[in-house]
Amino acid sequence: MNGGRAIILNRIREALRNNPAPRPHTSHSQTEASAHQNGHAQREWLPKVGTTLPEQIDLFAKISEGLKTEFHRVPTAESAREVLAKLAAESGWKKIATHSHHDTDLLLEGFSLPIVRTEKGYAIDDIESCDAGVTGCEVLVAQTGGIMVSVQSAGGRALSVLPPHHVVIARTSQMVPDLTAAFDHVKRKYGKSFPSFMGFITGPSRTGDIERILVLGAHGPKRLTVLLVD
Amino acid sequence: MRISLFVPCFVDQLYPNVAWSVVRVLEGLGHEVVFPESQSCCGQPPFNSGYWDEARSAARVTMKAFRDAEVVVGPSGSCVTMIKVFYPDLFKGEPDELEARELAAKTHEFSSFLVNVLGVTDVGAKFDGKVTFHDGCHGLRELGIKSEPRTLLSHVKGLELVEMAEAETCCGFGGTFAVKYAPISTAMDEVKCASILETGAGTVVSNDSSCLMQIRGMLEKEGSAIRSLHLAEILASK
Amino acid sequence: MATQAADFQSLSRRYTADKPFRAFIQKALSGYYRKRDENKANFQDWQGARDLAAETKYEAVNHLDKYLLEFEEKITARGAKVFWAPNAEAARDYILKVARENNVRSIIKSKTMTSEEIHLNDALEKQGFGVFESDLGEYIVQLRKEAPFHLVFPAMHLTRGQISDLFQKELGSEATDEPEKLTMIAREVMRRKYCEADMGISGTNFAVAETGMISITENEGNARLTTSLPKIHVALLGIEKVLPRLEDLSLFLPMLATAGAGQTMTCYNTMYAGPRQPGEPDGPEQMHVVLLDNRRTELLADAEQRDALGCIRCGACLNVCPIFKNVGGYSYGTTYGGPIGSVITPHLRGLKDWKHLSAASSLCGACTEACPVKIDLHHHLLQNRRNGAKAAPNAVEKFTFGGFSVMMGRPGLYRLAVGLGRIFQPLQGLVNGTILDPLKAWTGSRRFPKLAQKSFHEQWKKERGGKR
Repeated sequence: MNGGRAIILNRIREALRNNPAPRPHTSHSQTEASAHQNGHAQREWLPKVGTTLPEQIDLFAKISEGLKTEFHRVPTAESAREVLAKLAAESGWKKIATHSHHDTDLLLEGFSLPIVRTEKGYAIDDIESCDAGVTGCEVLVAQTGGIMVSVQSAGGRALSVLPPHHVVIARTSQMVPDLTAAFDHVKRKYGKSFPSFMGFITGPSRTGDIERILVLGAHGPKRLTVLLVD
Repeated sequence: MRISLFVPCFVDQLYPNVAWSVVRVLEGLGHEVVFPESQSCCGQPPFNSGYWDEARSAARVTMKAFRDAEVVVGPSGSCVTMIKVFYPDLFKGEPDELEARELAAKTHEFSSFLVNVLGVTDVGAKFDGKVTFHDGCHGLRELGIKSEPRTLLSHVKGLELVEMAEAETCCGFGGTFAVKYAPISTAMDEVKCASILETGAGTVVSNDSSCLMQIRGMLEKEGSAIRSLHLAEILASK
Repeated sequence: MATQAADFQSLSRRYTADKPFRAFIQKALSGYYRKRDENKANFQDWQGARDLAAETKYEAVNHLDKYLLEFEEKITARGAKVFWAPNAEAARDYILKVARENNVRSIIKSKTMTSEEIHLNDALEKQGFGVFESDLGEYIVQLRKEAPFHLVFPAMHLTRGQISDLFQKELGSEATDEPEKLTMIAREVMRRKYCEADMGISGTNFAVAETGMISITENEGNARLTTSLPKIHVALLGIEKVLPRLEDLSLFLPMLATAGAGQTMTCYNTMYAGPRQPGEPDGPEQMHVVLLDNRRTELLADAEQRDALGCIRCGACLNVCPIFKNVGGYSYGTTYGGPIGSVITPHLRGLKDWKHLSAASSLCGACTEACPVKIDLHHHLLQNRRNGAKAAPNAVEKFTFGGFSVMMGRPGLYRLAVGLGRIFQPLQGLVNGTILDPLKAWTGSRRFPKLAQKSFHEQWKKERGGKR
């Protein structure tokens, strides 16, 4: 059942027993850095993030737009609905998919096109034939210009990756400075019962596999829209 | 200062003028230069091929030659690396490990010695022309030498320094690699020479004669008029 | 010469002679250099980040059993099955068993070099399972029946024209020279495969011990689809991929993206903590994690080179290696090429047969400089040479170097040898470049310098005679 578990563990223990490896040559004192950053040593070296919310939102906007994410800052849920309606009309959507969630429910109030929902399970082909998938998110990450999704915040695993256009509805209160903060957030929120899927989405799907030339929409969504409501 | 000159074996046999240039510059700065004649080879060829016992035998000759030296200076990033970086590894656990470490500590590459030890950046040299500098890999990555040659060249009257795109890319010498894997070595040499040509420089300069042998070898074969000179030769020219 | 060494010589000869090919590879990498440098500059301190990454991997690798056990405990608690495969055969057999027991017919794969290492596709296809590579680059080389050219960019050696021809031939699609159109062709083909596959096989970039998760880094979204729709997920990873804590990812994800692809973050970085949990709307019913040893523990036992197990497979060392850039990925003849491949292959596949990869290097050190986790790559090549010379010394070399060091220790002998050299040099001049030329390997492409009339030793003695 466990295959070579005992074999491998024995090999590892034998390999490490009384056989120390030289420590890496490092020029920085990590203990100092670590203590300084509440145990988050990496914050000393990773790209800087502004400390205020407006700075973080600006950074997020700048980076995400550079990645070809369509970023819309809107003052109210109503204005978010208007942007979505315009998007649907311009893109010629026929059918969209979503999940039940406070933010998506609010966004899709009065939405006229057919909606497929994922939270009670779904047929793959029903989602596959949708023009867009609308989800919430866990947090937005200023440092990377990306969002974090999970089963609960994005209606499962496929909703945010299978339809060709992914629309995310988020609130400014969900902005966190960096990846470290994003991980702190999920640890606090889920404790020991992590969802089976969570992750970062940083721009529309892309590939450089053909002559290193950038092409969007390789397999995942070709378009990513983030609606950020105050 | 009493400076003991370390002359790598191929400088000794192929490019003695490089060694004389070092002597002229150091004596010109008012120092005494001595040459321990019992030195031969730092042991890098057998070391690089994995024959460390044989490398130790050759290295011991070098250690003995410089036993009483105050400070040792050599015009080669790769051979100085052998002493400074690899002698401690080579002699780890050996009875003469301490002596190896001591020699490592007191040995310096020529440009690094001038700038970092003597604090000299202008040796009063004069050389007219456009020059591009090739960073020998050992000097660059093992000894951290990057700015020193450029600082020295910037004070040479009449000299215009231009950087080539592939300054830090290996020329392809690599010791026995150059013959064991000649097609790859040649390909790397081609990349380097193309980058030199692109700069429009009339002279390519390096602090490693082995690199210069590789680069000059191809430039001459291609009939190029571009000269290849060691940094010491530039610094010794008036 | 061992066949592998001879193969390397002939392949590298062929590829280095192909100047357009070399120029193409160089061009393909030039955009990466620029973006990599931009992203490195965004770090407050890239060198500090490398130090921390090196220390984190040191901790993980030197306590490998502890972290693997923690990982296993956490992920099995959520219903995943963990299989420990001591070798390639055990890993293949397990995956085949899972496929058979679950009546799997069609398998979709996302990019995993580890599956290349164990020749998984071959084994699955021989047993009648349809296997589809979903990563665009992998899909392309799969259609061409070739191995991946590069750790991270499998098809970087192909032109769009070649890819268009390939799709025309294999998929019946229209000819096109637009990368966008070619990508969309592949996208359409793959969409059906994701929806129909019974099993998805993925790799793993990092296995987080603290929370029992596997993390997958990608740009296309094919790994996400591979692990969302099929009812079985098999994740394959080398045992060394483990990281201690979840927050370590906040360092490693950006560093992997920067070093590997010149990006701030890749498009998708996803953590999987098990199969579908109660109440979740989708996801695989089964998750199998296959932990592969396959001689990694032998590398672990070599304390001098143990840091090579910290490799995050970013490919940065390949991208800066002048040997790789001139000989290409296929010359290496083994799954892992470039500097990291040259370092680890002797450990994973045998020193005698693979030490030549460590010799085929000028030891420039660009790889070590580029490595985000500070593996001492070029020094390990030297160590492999030393180990190789001890285990299987080349008689001619040993004799030559033996003679060399004797000669260097005896000034009289040294002068004699040099004197002879001076006598014979004109003779070499006569046969220069011909089949009789002993220096032909050099003189084929470069002029060999003349020995000086008098060595520096002799000149010094003459001019400064008496002075020591």
